Amino acid sequence: MHNLLNAATLFGIVGMAIKLAMPYLYAGLGELFDQAAGVFNLGTEGIMLVGAFSSFYVVYLTGNLGLGVLVAAGTGFLMAVLMALISITFKAPQGISGIGLTMFGTGLSSLLFKTILDGTVLSVPGFPDVPVPLLSKIPYIGDAFFNHNVMVYGAYLLVPVAALVLYKTTFGLKVRAVGQNPQAADTLGVNVNLIRYCCVCAGGILSGIAGATFTLANINMFQEKMTNGTGFIAVALVYFSGWKPQGVLAGALLFSFVNAFQLRMQVLGIEIPSDIAMMLPYLLTILTLVFVKSRDKPAALAVPYERSEN
Amino acid sequence: MSIKAQRFINSIIDVIIPLLATVIALILGAFMLIAFGKNPAEAYAALISGAFGSSRALIQTTLKATPLLLVGIGICIAFRGGVTNIGGEGQIVVGALSSAAVALYVPIESRWVLIPLCFLAAIVAGGIWGGIPGILKARLGVNEILTTVMMNSIAVYLSNYLLRGPMIDPREIEMGTRASQTALLPENTFLTRLAPPTQLNTGSLLAVLLAVVVYIMMWKTTVGYRIRAVGLNPDASRYGGINVPVYQALAITLAGSLAGLAGAVEVLGVQHRVFENISASYGFNGIVAALFGNLHPLGTIPASFLFGGLMVGGNKLQRTVQVNSAFVDTLLGLVVLIVVAAKIVSVNRSKRRAKNA
Repeated sequence: MHNLLNAATLFGIVGMAIKLAMPYLYAGLGELFDQAAGVFNLGTEGIMLVGAFSSFYVVYLTGNLGLGVLVAAGTGFLMAVLMALISITFKAPQGISGIGLTMFGTGLSSLLFKTILDGTVLSVPGFPDVPVPLLSKIPYIGDAFFNHNVMVYGAYLLVPVAALVLYKTTFGLKVRAVGQNPQAADTLGVNVNLIRYCCVCAGGILSGIAGATFTLANINMFQEKMTNGTGFIAVALVYFSGWKPQGVLAGALLFSFVNAFQLRMQVLGIEIPSDIAMMLPYLLTILTLVFVKSRDKPAALAVPYERSEN
Repeated sequence: MSIKAQRFINSIIDVIIPLLATVIALILGAFMLIAFGKNPAEAYAALISGAFGSSRALIQTTLKATPLLLVGIGICIAFRGGVTNIGGEGQIVVGALSSAAVALYVPIESRWVLIPLCFLAAIVAGGIWGGIPGILKARLGVNEILTTVMMNSIAVYLSNYLLRGPMIDPREIEMGTRASQTALLPENTFLTRLAPPTQLNTGSLLAVLLAVVVYIMMWKTTVGYRIRAVGLNPDASRYGGINVPVYQALAITLAGSLAGLAGAVEVLGVQHRVFENISASYGFNGIVAALFGNLHPLGTIPASFLFGGLMVGGNKLQRTVQVNSAFVDTLLGLVVLIVVAAKIVSVNRSKRRAKNA
C-alpha cells in the first residue's frame, strides 16, 4: 500500500492519463458534432483505423509528421462522406450503416497493411514531447501536465474551440437546431442535410486525426485493429457528455484515468489478472450509459430527415 | 395493379436489391484489386472456386455458413423487433466457452444428456449476454447498440482470462507452451459427422431446422407477431396493449441465445476446443447475411451459404492470387453499406403507393 501513496507513481499515472485522453478527445468531439446535428455515427472506429494506417504509411514514406496528420484528416473526411451519403442522402438506419462503415474501415486498414507493408510491424519517429517553458519545471506537476507532444495539447485546445463553434456561432446554432428540431430549422430556411453533411465530415476529420494519434503520437507503429474499440467508446462518451464539449472532456479524462490506472496496476501491486483489468473501460461505459441521464439528447438523433410533403 | 401482382413485384425487388448491392460491392472491389496491381477476373475466379468449386470447398462453405445462419436468424428476430444487436461476437464467445465448460467438467457419460446440456449452457450464456443490453434498453432506455458493442469487448477479455488461466489445457502448462486454449473436449461431446472423414456434422442440419422454427415463430405465432409489431411501430403496439419493453428484451435475448448456440455448434461440431478469436467475425458477418436475406430466416439460409463461401474463398484468394483475405472483410462492409442504402428504393415505392391510393 505504501506504493499507492508514492507521489512519483501517482503523477506518473496522471501524466499517462493526460496523454491517453487524446484519442477520446479527438474522436469524442468529432462524434459530438455528428450527434449534435442528429447523426449517430458508429463508423468512428473504422474511420480511426483508416486514419491510423494512412497517416502511418505517409510518415513511414516521407517522415513528415504534419503531412501524416493531414492525410489522416483527409482519409477521415472521405470515409465520412461515405457515411453521410448512406445515412443522410439514402436515409439508411444509422446504427447499421455505422457498423458497416466500421467493418469496411477495419477490413480496408488490414488489407492495406498486409498488402503494402506485408503485415510487418514497423515503427516511425512520432511527435516529440515539447515541454512548456517554466511550467514543465514544476516538480511532478510539470511532467504530468506540461511535458507532452503537440497532438496532446491540440486535443485539449479543441475543447474550447468546439464549445465556441457550437455555442457562439450561427453555424453552431444551426447545428443544434437541426439536431433538436429539423422540421423547424427547415422552415426557417436552414438546409438540414447540408448542415448534417458538414458535421459528419467534421466528425470524420477529427476521427481520422484520432486514429493518427495512435500511430504518430503515442504508440508510433501500426497494428491491425489497434484502436481496440476506442471509437465505440468515443460514441458512448458523447452520451456521457450530455452532448456538451466540456462533458466530452470530463468523460475522456474519466476513461483515460481508468485506462492509465489499469495499465499501472501491476506497478501499484494490485493483484488482478490483466485480462480482467482490461474489461474496466468497457464495464465503465455500460455503467455510465445506465446512470447518466440523457436529458439533453438531441431529439432528432439517429432519425433521417424527411421533408413532409404538400 | 392487383394486390397480388404488387406483392409479387415487391418480393422480386426484395431479392434483386441485395443481389445488385453485392454486384456493386464486387465492382468496387475490382477497382481496389486493380489498384493493387491484381487481375480482378483472376481474383474473383479464385474466390468463387475456393468457395464453391469442389466438394471440399462446398463442405468448408457449409461449415462456415452454419454459425452465420444461427447468428443471422437471431439478427432477424432482433432487427424485426426494432432492437439492433451488434453483440453477436461476444454472444458466440460466451456460448462457446460455456458449452466447452460443460463438456470438459460435467462428469456425465451419455452423449444424449451431455450434448443437450452443452447446448443449454450456450443458449443460457448467449441469452444472458444479449439479455443484459435488452433489459437495460427495455427498463432504462439505454442504447442497446452501444451496450452490445461493449459486451463484445468484455466477452473477449473474459475469454482471454479463462483461456490463459482457469480453463487452459493442462497439457499446455505441462509442456510449458502455454498456448491459450482449452483441452480437447471428450469425444462423446463431438456432434455426429454426416460424411466422415469430412467435418460436416449435424450442427448444420440443426441450424437449418432452427431457421424454419424461427420463421414459424415470427410469422405464425402471437409472440412473433408481437415482436414484429413492436419493431414496426412501438407506439401503436403499446396502444394495442402489447408490453413493448418485454418484447424488445425478448427479441434480443433470443438473438443472443442463437448466437450462443452458434458458438456451441462451432466448438462441438468443428473445433472440439475453444481458443482465442473463436468467434472469427461470425457475429458481424451474420448481420450481413441477415440483411442480405432481407431479415427473413429462410432468406438467411442462402445468404449464409453465400457469405460462408466468401469467407472460405478468401483463403484461396490469399494462397493463389496473393490478395489478403482482409479483402473479403472489406467487401462485406461494402455489402452492408450498399444494402442498407438501397433500402430507400423499396421505401420510396411503398410511399408512392400509399400516396396514389
